[in-house]
Amino acid sequence: MKTLLKLLTALLTLSLFAAACGSDGGDTAAPSGDALSMAIVAPSASDDLAFTQSMVDAIAALDRDVDLQVTDGTFVVEEAAAAVRGYAEAGVSVIVVHGTQFGGSLAEIAPDFPNTSFLWGTATDTQGLANVFAYYPAADEGGYVNGVMAAALSAAKSIGVVGPVEAGDAVAYIDGFAAGAEAGGAEVSIVYTGSFGDVALAQETAEGHLANGADVMTGSAQMVAGAVTVAAQNGVAWFGTQANQTDFGPSVVVASQVYHWEVVLEEMLALYDAGTLGGTAYEITLENGGLEIEFNDGFDLSDDIRTLGEETIAGIIDGSISTGQ
Amino acid sequence: MEFFELSVLVATIASGIRLSTPYLLAGLGETIGQRSGVLNLGVDGVMMLSAWFAYWTVLEHNNIWLGMLVGLLVGLVMGLIYAFITVTLGAAQGISGIGIFLFGLGFSDLMFQTKVGTPRPLRSTLGEIDIPLLADIPKVGEALFQHHILTYAAFAFVPAVAWFLHKTTLGLNIRAVGENPQAADSLGISVVRTRYLAILIGNTFAGLAGAALVLRGGIFQPNLTQGLGFIAVALVYFGAWRPTGVMAGAILYGLVQASVLKLKILQVIPRSASDIASMAPAIITIVALVIIAGRVKAPAALTKPFSRH
Repeated sequence: MKTLLKLLTALLTLSLFAAACGSDGGDTAAPSGDALSMAIVAPSASDDLAFTQSMVDAIAALDRDVDLQVTDGTFVVEEAAAAVRGYAEAGVSVIVVHGTQFGGSLAEIAPDFPNTSFLWGTATDTQGLANVFAYYPAADEGGYVNGVMAAALSAAKSIGVVGPVEAGDAVAYIDGFAAGAEAGGAEVSIVYTGSFGDVALAQETAEGHLANGADVMTGSAQMVAGAVTVAAQNGVAWFGTQANQTDFGPSVVVASQVYHWEVVLEEMLALYDAGTLGGTAYEITLENGGLEIEFNDGFDLSDDIRTLGEETIAGIIDGSISTGQ
Repeated sequence: MEFFELSVLVATIASGIRLSTPYLLAGLGETIGQRSGVLNLGVDGVMMLSAWFAYWTVLEHNNIWLGMLVGLLVGLVMGLIYAFITVTLGAAQGISGIGIFLFGLGFSDLMFQTKVGTPRPLRSTLGEIDIPLLADIPKVGEALFQHHILTYAAFAFVPAVAWFLHKTTLGLNIRAVGENPQAADSLGISVVRTRYLAILIGNTFAGLAGAALVLRGGIFQPNLTQGLGFIAVALVYFGAWRPTGVMAGAILYGLVQASVLKLKILQVIPRSASDIASMAPAIITIVALVIIAGRVKAPAALTKPFSRH
């Protein structure tokens, strides 16, 4: 009887485990039809209003038929590598490897699949691989614009930044933001929590900034949901990045630097169509439209500050303003 | 502002108390379970599940207390499952706990992606409650007596759990089966029933810890706990299986986290040292564990399944 119970429990556990491990995509189905077969492997959720969602939205915005498969939430590098290899083995034509940390694995996998094109970001080089494109954002540009507006909005001239790990585009955004805010006469306090996903720590950091006198805040990575919640609870203005973060705090989000990866995806896929599978790094900027500052119409922003933001965008595009990065 | 200014120190202590709350709740529950001889490495998974269900409940019904109750019930249900696996079936406790953790991590994520998707802030969260008179004490009141109800509950549970373990029949039985289940069995104590109850109580605390995370923060994300449950298990060892020891460990951990954050905000810790500083709470916990290793005695029957034969 005990043996039967153990067997039944094991079967139940396996089925629960299978259900629990289910998430969006991850099935490496063979591509079908005339649509371009693509896949994304990304470290956080597809709808995180941050890093991963920016790429999912970009592919949805492409002007072509795409047969898309998604494996998200694969923060563990080995899992992501398995997903990438699985998609390549299944014959997916273009695989977006959306995470700087996956570069080492990609260097091992890409040579095994010379007819597959890999798009890797955020990264500034292709590691010398002929079938790898790289992409990265000039996140400092939008950061600078946000910083200038934040300084103008801040009555106390004290701004708090909630950063994740000091790496990648988070650093570029935050450094650009600090430069813009300081150019506007504000003091900026930057804290890197050391985690991309610790929401509670992000909340506590935001509370600490408020206690320190900050009246405007910004941050990066998926853990900002916690910080924006604190901002919303305290009526403190927030500037977002990577995706439009208005939904996190409709009453406090002023503007967000939004990544439009589709601007460079179109170029990469045009080369793919012509038979070139990699070898070039691409940057999204304010000038090429890959970066856009999206304002939240629900926030009562004065025309002066909005004009200041738009003038700063124009200045960065025409080169008259430098972010210093 | 300087770190050693009184106002800054007060704010740091208050922050440390807040941060310590989920560790303390989960640690107290794990203490009860481990005193009965059952190790539960699935605390983190239970917390994630209870956090998700509490979040979803409040999102749908905008009722904090209902969310808290649901979190508790989730802990209870998971406790029942874990007790069945480890006590009735006698499965290895370590790997069973890991299984619970993985289930909690995956199922909460799956439910979140299916039911919510993009994180949405709750309309209501646990607010601060000022303890009358005590909250008005200059500085001390701000540091200790202006917190949310689950923080007060967590610290109130410390003497309550100590009293329960040492002054009640069930508490005595729990300690007895954790030290020598055969002897306890020979004295007529039902080891199975006692361990079941200990695990149920312990996991209910874990459920409350998960609910505390989400009901205070007002937001849920996959892997919300970020390994907090595992730290709580370590705090049980740190505290030598005593509620007051677990409290001391939770406060230490919370205060170190809060201090590091405050020093970063004040830019006393430069950016170049930021990542190293973030490791401070974990390093201090490891050092403390090393220091006390060999000086404390775990329950003799910890991790050992009981069988009459």
